Amino acid sequence: MLRKNLVNKAAGEKKQLPAQARLWKKPRRGEAVIHAFLFICGAVSILTTLGIIYELGKEALLFFGSPEVKLLDFLTQTTWQPSIGKFGVLPLVNATLMTTVFAMIIALPVGLGAAVYLSEYASTRTRATLKPILEILAGIPSVVYGYFALTFMTPLLRGIFGAAQVQVYNTLSAGLVMGIMILPLVSSMSEDALSAVPRSLREGGYALGGTRFEVTRKIVVPAALSGIVAAFIIAISRAIGETMIVALAAGSGPAFTLNPFKAAETMTGYIVRISGGDLAYDTPDYNSIFAIGLLLFLITLVLNLVSRYLVGKYREVYE
Amino acid sequence: MNRAPHKSAQAASPHLLARHRAGRLWKTGFSLSILFGLIALAALLFNVIDQSAGLLVTANKVDPSTLAEKPLEELSVKELTQILKSNLSNNRIKTIERNGVLMGRTQAELLELIDEQIVKPEVIASYHLFESLRHETEIRQQALGKNPDARIEWKIWLNWHFLTNVMSSNAQYAGVRTALLGSLFLIAVSILMAFPIGVGAAIYLEEYSDRRLRINRIIQTNIDNLAGVPSIVYGILGLAIFVRALSPLTSGVIFGVEGGNGRTILSAALTMALLILPVIIINAQEAIRAVPSSLRQAAYGLGATRWQTIWHHVLPYAMPGILTGSILAVSRAIGETAPLIVVGAATFITQDPNGVFSRFTALPIQIYNWTTRPQPEFRNIAAAAILVLLLSLLSMNAVAILLRNKFSRR
Repeated sequence: MLRKNLVNKAAGEKKQLPAQARLWKKPRRGEAVIHAFLFICGAVSILTTLGIIYELGKEALLFFGSPEVKLLDFLTQTTWQPSIGKFGVLPLVNATLMTTVFAMIIALPVGLGAAVYLSEYASTRTRATLKPILEILAGIPSVVYGYFALTFMTPLLRGIFGAAQVQVYNTLSAGLVMGIMILPLVSSMSEDALSAVPRSLREGGYALGGTRFEVTRKIVVPAALSGIVAAFIIAISRAIGETMIVALAAGSGPAFTLNPFKAAETMTGYIVRISGGDLAYDTPDYNSIFAIGLLLFLITLVLNLVSRYLVGKYREVYE
Repeated sequence: MNRAPHKSAQAASPHLLARHRAGRLWKTGFSLSILFGLIALAALLFNVIDQSAGLLVTANKVDPSTLAEKPLEELSVKELTQILKSNLSNNRIKTIERNGVLMGRTQAELLELIDEQIVKPEVIASYHLFESLRHETEIRQQALGKNPDARIEWKIWLNWHFLTNVMSSNAQYAGVRTALLGSLFLIAVSILMAFPIGVGAAIYLEEYSDRRLRINRIIQTNIDNLAGVPSIVYGILGLAIFVRALSPLTSGVIFGVEGGNGRTILSAALTMALLILPVIIINAQEAIRAVPSSLRQAAYGLGATRWQTIWHHVLPYAMPGILTGSILAVSRAIGETAPLIVVGAATFITQDPNGVFSRFTALPIQIYNWTTRPQPEFRNIAAAAILVLLLSLLSMNAVAILLRNKFSRR
């Protein structure tokens, strides 16, 4: 409809104004309205970010404003038990870091290895078959990975290390499965960076007598390093924000432990448990999920910004 | 390119053999990385399929042969109704008749009802598919040895009943009907909101915005960052804004809907729309950027205005790409669980969603809920629900690929 109006309008205006030389000066109200509407569409994203910061900040302030909570204790205490008024976030952060580290132990080396293989070794045909298969892994919803962690990885770990050692819920199982989930992200981002390295650099390396591995290791990978690091950082950010795997497999109950076989609740797992239960609004419990959500948002925001900066850097050099 | 070591090169470098050996070793390592990914994918799929079928051992609470003199299958509708009425309380019958009177049902439906309400088979053990295939006779002997009345049957958990039944606290009768409808509703509403805004924003950024202006650069950076915000943060945002602050709107109270709270399909769909918006924008931007600028110049040359050019030339050309990207965004939304839990998806609902203001559940919520149950039979139905989810994702991606292939031939 909009389009018809516009066409009619344009036709009508032409009849009224035969002076074609002045066509460009005509005020086009329809065009301006559309321009404004499209700008608003773009601005919705700004509103989203402002909304996140405002709402999370507001509720987080309420949380820190309540008498039981002190900011210093929040950041340094190692007990999180809202029922007895202990709000130390370290157990949750610690569990998040542990699952993230386990995930990275899998995702970074394997993802980079896969990227190097696809970009430097595989023939075009092998690459065309393998890449989509790996990308299936990225398309599987995280709740399915949570199921996989609980029903496959945990029994496997209990089989290897002994059921007495390994608890049913543990951070190792959740972290390893998270690594599998993030692997395709690392490999596809790193591969993009590797493929952006100009062929002439490789040719130069071969001309100097380097083997394929030497050229890859000493020329291609260093040249693509900023892109690879960007991929690693995005992977860490993804692991920190990942929710369903840890909610299902890492355990529900904050615990300050460095034992990978023990259950420990992560920041995201805590948010899911508290908001999945019956919430009483405006209690410290309820407000605490906003404080933790804000912490999560800020950590991932910084990581994403750093990663984008690094990607921009290699694009600048080679594209 | 032939990089086999030349004789003179061998002479030049005494370590050449060692260097090549190292190269081969690393190459093996790199291909093992790929292999690892493939094995992980295979293990995941195997695990789900393995748990979605197998031998099921049940024991009846009431022996069906005591209910009537003849086998139940030979009884008429009237006689079956009689059995139900004499074995169940009046209240129970009333609850059941809410979905249609007993006399009006078919024999098969009544038999199922008797099974579910009176015979009440309880799960004693549930075996995985491959375990069942390998050790069927031992499993049968063992089960009968423990309980001579046990009923042992092959059960494929993903079946027609599973798709059409509503939720139940008994895994054998539970289905995903409400969850599936909830997911469809949710996706439909969120795409209706996110698609126009997302495409609008992409058009603005690609066709209108002047990159020298700071505000436009901020919008672009912001969208890229929003795509990386963890989905649970969107859930918290949705909880604060749509569920609580806008509760009169999202619960439908101002539209005259009785006694609702903000935990409705509308709240969840709005949250989901915000979540997929950056993905839709980024994909649409790429599609629009791929439109050759000669097309635009030709339209301008003929005197078209900017919007006429976009509407008649740029958008039709970019549409397949935009649609493909949007389908991929939607397939991400279908599997999202965390934000839905936070905005308050219900886990147990037996009524179909009947509008944007109804309470809801969704497929991934059911998978999550069933996985957290300790009983093995709930793991089985969780696996069946995962298969439903993966199959719907697969079909959406297939549509996206077909779409791309169809239009890229032009």
